[in-house]
Amino acid sequence: MSSIPLSAQFINLFAAIILLLAFAMLAQRRVLQLIDLFALQGATLFLSTLTVALTTGQAHLYGSAALTLVLKAILLPWILHRLVRKLNIKGEVEPLINIPTTMLVGLVLVIIAFNVALPISQLAHTITRGTLGIALAVVMLAFLMMITRRKAITQVVGFLSMENGLFLAATSATYGMPMVVELGIALDVLVGAIILGVFFFQIRDQFDSLDIHHMEKLKDS
Amino acid sequence: MPKLLAIDFLLILASAWAAIGLAGLAAPRNTRFISKILFPLGALVALCVGGVGLCALGAPAETAVLGIGLPDLPFHLRLDNLTAVFVMLLGCVSVGISIYAAGYFRDGAGTAPGLLCLEYHVFLASMLMVLLADDAYAFMVAWETMALSSFFLVTTNHQHAEIRRAGYLYLLIAHVGAIAILLSFGVMTANSGDYTFAGMRAQQLSPFWASAAYLLALVGFGAKAGLLPVHVWLPEAHPAAPSPVSALMSGVMLKTAIYGLLRVSFDLVGTPLWWWGVVALAVGLATALFGVLYATVQSDMKRLLAYSSIENIGLLAVGIGLALIFHSYRMEALAALALTAVFYHCLAHAGFKSLLFLCTGSVLHATKERNLGKLGGLIHRMPWVAWLALVGVIASAGLPPLSGFVSEWLLLQGFLFSPGLPHSWLNMVVPVAAALVALVAALAGFAMVKFYGIIFLGQMREAALKDAHDAGLWEKVGLVWLALLTLLLGVMPATVILRIDAATRQLLGKGLAERIDDHGWWLLAPIAPARASYAPILFLVTIVLSVWLGRWLVHRLYHGRVRRSPAWDCGYFFQGPRAQDTAEGFSQPIRRIFEPMFRMERHFPSARDTAPYYSVKVEDHFWHWLYLPIARLAGWISTLITNLQGGRIAIYLMYSFVTLIVLLLVARP
Amino acid sequence: MISISGLIGQLFAIALALALAPLLSGWVGMCRAWLQSRTAPPLWQPYYMLHKLFHKDVVLAEGASSLFRVAPFVMFGCMVLACAIVPSLSTDLPFAPAADALALVGVFGLARIFIALAAMDIGTSFGTLGGRREMLIGFLAEPALLMVIFTVAMIAQSTSVATIVETLAHRDFYIHPSLAFAGVAFTFVSLAENARVPVDNPATHLELTMIHEAMILEYSGRHLALIEWAASLKLYAYSCLGLAFFFPWGIAAGDSFPALLAAIPLLVLKLAIGGVLLAGIETINAKLRIFRAPEFLGTAFLLAVLGLLVRLLLETKL
Repeated sequence: MSSIPLSAQFINLFAAIILLLAFAMLAQRRVLQLIDLFALQGATLFLSTLTVALTTGQAHLYGSAALTLVLKAILLPWILHRLVRKLNIKGEVEPLINIPTTMLVGLVLVIIAFNVALPISQLAHTITRGTLGIALAVVMLAFLMMITRRKAITQVVGFLSMENGLFLAATSATYGMPMVVELGIALDVLVGAIILGVFFFQIRDQFDSLDIHHMEKLKDS
Repeated sequence: MPKLLAIDFLLILASAWAAIGLAGLAAPRNTRFISKILFPLGALVALCVGGVGLCALGAPAETAVLGIGLPDLPFHLRLDNLTAVFVMLLGCVSVGISIYAAGYFRDGAGTAPGLLCLEYHVFLASMLMVLLADDAYAFMVAWETMALSSFFLVTTNHQHAEIRRAGYLYLLIAHVGAIAILLSFGVMTANSGDYTFAGMRAQQLSPFWASAAYLLALVGFGAKAGLLPVHVWLPEAHPAAPSPVSALMSGVMLKTAIYGLLRVSFDLVGTPLWWWGVVALAVGLATALFGVLYATVQSDMKRLLAYSSIENIGLLAVGIGLALIFHSYRMEALAALALTAVFYHCLAHAGFKSLLFLCTGSVLHATKERNLGKLGGLIHRMPWVAWLALVGVIASAGLPPLSGFVSEWLLLQGFLFSPGLPHSWLNMVVPVAAALVALVAALAGFAMVKFYGIIFLGQMREAALKDAHDAGLWEKVGLVWLALLTLLLGVMPATVILRIDAATRQLLGKGLAERIDDHGWWLLAPIAPARASYAPILFLVTIVLSVWLGRWLVHRLYHGRVRRSPAWDCGYFFQGPRAQDTAEGFSQPIRRIFEPMFRMERHFPSARDTAPYYSVKVEDHFWHWLYLPIARLAGWISTLITNLQGGRIAIYLMYSFVTLIVLLLVARP
Repeated sequence: MISISGLIGQLFAIALALALAPLLSGWVGMCRAWLQSRTAPPLWQPYYMLHKLFHKDVVLAEGASSLFRVAPFVMFGCMVLACAIVPSLSTDLPFAPAADALALVGVFGLARIFIALAAMDIGTSFGTLGGRREMLIGFLAEPALLMVIFTVAMIAQSTSVATIVETLAHRDFYIHPSLAFAGVAFTFVSLAENARVPVDNPATHLELTMIHEAMILEYSGRHLALIEWAASLKLYAYSCLGLAFFFPWGIAAGDSFPALLAAIPLLVLKLAIGGVLLAGIETINAKLRIFRAPEFLGTAFLLAVLGLLVRLLLETKL
């Protein structure tokens, strides 16, 4: 075990912290703290990418790291904070099923993700291929957060957190994606966030609240 | 004179029990004769049984063929190491219970004491025969005798309707289980016609049929042991029976079911598949969690102990499952660890659960109350019973240095080594199962604090409790015997494991003995001392020494003055005994946290109630999910069939006529 | 056989624990006071209190039984045993074979049961309230603690605390994310078990907010002194256990007297830093509502399980 170089140990540590933050977001009750946790997740992702960049020496990874820091850790949380204040969203997150049950389901998802990723990660050739399981778990936890929350703002945070997981998978398993792919994904996320933001205003205008359950009234019967 | 084998000696002892029972019939109403002479004789026989079992451990297997039964179908009997462990259990625990019963049974309504003596000793003899049986026929005859005699024992006070109902439910589920066991044996004989266990061992079953036999055995023996979902008879039957009978059923009879399961899955059916262990593990965990949660919310002291028995049976099933998983992957050393945990927990549970049931018997005698809401403060009037019950409570909560902790420790050690399994899913899920086992153990502590605190501590909730008297001499001796057994099992685990290791070696081919042997009797180190070791005698000595030394030092250096005063009441001086927690109140946190697991009917008073009251009734979900629908289905089918009973004679004659014509058409040569 | 020097070393470690434990509680109290901008009580305040309490008469409630009088001594004995087992100075002392982490959990459980039963003995609503709440916290903390022990034991391939210390202290430096998770979970659990904010406020005077204090409401004189001493011994044992699992450097490997003496300064330094951190945690957090405490401990449990899973995924050879 001591044969694993220090850089790989650090990447494992950062990956574990990202998983911890994904769980913490699942357990968080307040919206503002949720956005701060997301910012923290972005910062950890930046550190992880930076470590990979330093180890492999690939130049474009420095760019990716910088992009992650600016967008995920600084810009997006700031935009979300402004949105929360503008739309006057109240402090609580309003889960569908209670928080302990959500955490238990999250634990089961983590076990599934780890077991599914084990045979796949044996195909990769990097030293940190174990973090593939963690990345998959982060994606699934973010998905769970999107499903079990009522407020629209938490859906956005979940969506962005999913993208964090995908990014982690890419950097750790294959030591980074080609810049083209990465810019494509970033553009997808940006467009998605814009569309969701537009939707927020429309929903609030229509129903005077951002509880997505009001949208269930949009049925024929 | 031919040499007397151990198995012949056991047969003689079994007939001695039967003879004692028949002697009771000779003078059915003479309580003094029965309780002061016959029951102590039965205890003596039990002592010999325990001794024979102990000596038979490590000796080679012995067989015998009894000519009774039908001609050409004799009983085959066999005393091997697995049987010897359980024979030892039966003997050692029944000594205490029989001595207690000598002081317990008194004149009263219900079954005559002579009849009770017959049923009791036939019950003991039939359990011994179940353990000795070496073919399906002898096994089923002994099994049925056991079920029938215990049914009569459960319905001793048959003048009460709910006791009759409990007995009926018990008999019903016992027979459902017996059918499953019979089918399992049938599958294992595999059409060869050889119904002996030796023949079943020699059969090579395909994986499908082996799995079928195993699952049938799990259901069948699980029905007798009290696994989910066929557990519903246990919380009804154990409280309905008189306390010595409850102790015997909970302590010994449930273990015969575990013996059967071990015999089938490790001995008769051949190499197990890995998923058998997973099934047993899952069922065991569910049972344990269910049992302990329901134990914490009970208001009847014997029902609480019955649910606690369900929890312990669940833990035994967890151990069996773990051992099966290791065995199927050929990790025999770890399987030996898990199997030793199972054997040890059988011994420990038999000891402390019997002790607890017998203590409730004394409380029942002294106060005529089973409801926790009418007890309290009995430690002042019944100190012997209270302090001996404390031994049982600490062992039941799985705390060092008593016996419950050793088996729990061994089980958790087995779980700790499971990440070496070659199966990645099991690697991750099994340690989480260990956390659930720890949760069960901690909840058992909660249930036991509730049990002991509400019965023996605090203030008396009813004025009549002031007249409670302590247990009699016979009862005290029985209780002390069981408490000493619990202490011995807790403080000398290495010695005990060295003896029962013969059974582990027989089933798995490998045991723990060679590693334990070099560390002396005071240290238990099943793998290596550097990996895991436990020295219970050190714990006991240190705690006792600290208590004694602390007390002496404080009294020497300072003083030992004491004053009495009323308790702190925070200014509310109208408080009486009703201000302390009720049984329901103590378990309110559990009801709140685990609400989905219970089916609760609550009544809250409204503002307009002239006689306001609070009530909460906790019921078993399985009644409404499983048993009531099955009962309704059976009732519906019955009503359909009653349509056949038209009442007109012409219809009945036509039935015979149509059957005759059909047979003539079908059976043409 | 046990050597004389080993036995003396063991007794010395026990005596050091008995002497240092109230000092640790006093230090935590001082740091709390400083962080809350109050004047701190002197560092020796707990010793003064123990001395005062031993001198006082015991005032027993009228319904108290013999169990009530025995329970403080049993609790004290259990805590002395716990402090003897946890390797604070050295891993080679004679009690090391009994130093199994699972048995340690069992010893804490034994103390908890005795004190909960003693609480129920008086038969007032406060006693049963305290007993019920203490068992509630206990049954949730035990699985979490067990998972922490499992994670650590899997890394060291042993449940013997002495072996764990030796393995973790004397191997090459390696970052274990699972140990980080287990460490956070262990902190949560020890906050709950030692009756500290955010689970329980040790300085409260309102009976309805008490958990640990409600159980010992009726105790006075030498009984109360023993219980307070045992509580500070429990904090000491938990701190030493945490240090043994997560910061084991500095614990001696032999049982000679000079080695033990050399290990003391580092131990005191580590405990002092731990005390400051504990005071910080207590000052920053507010006390939780009683039914938020299960969620708190559930989080600890989940963290510990997560640590276990991360260990199985990341740190074993694929």
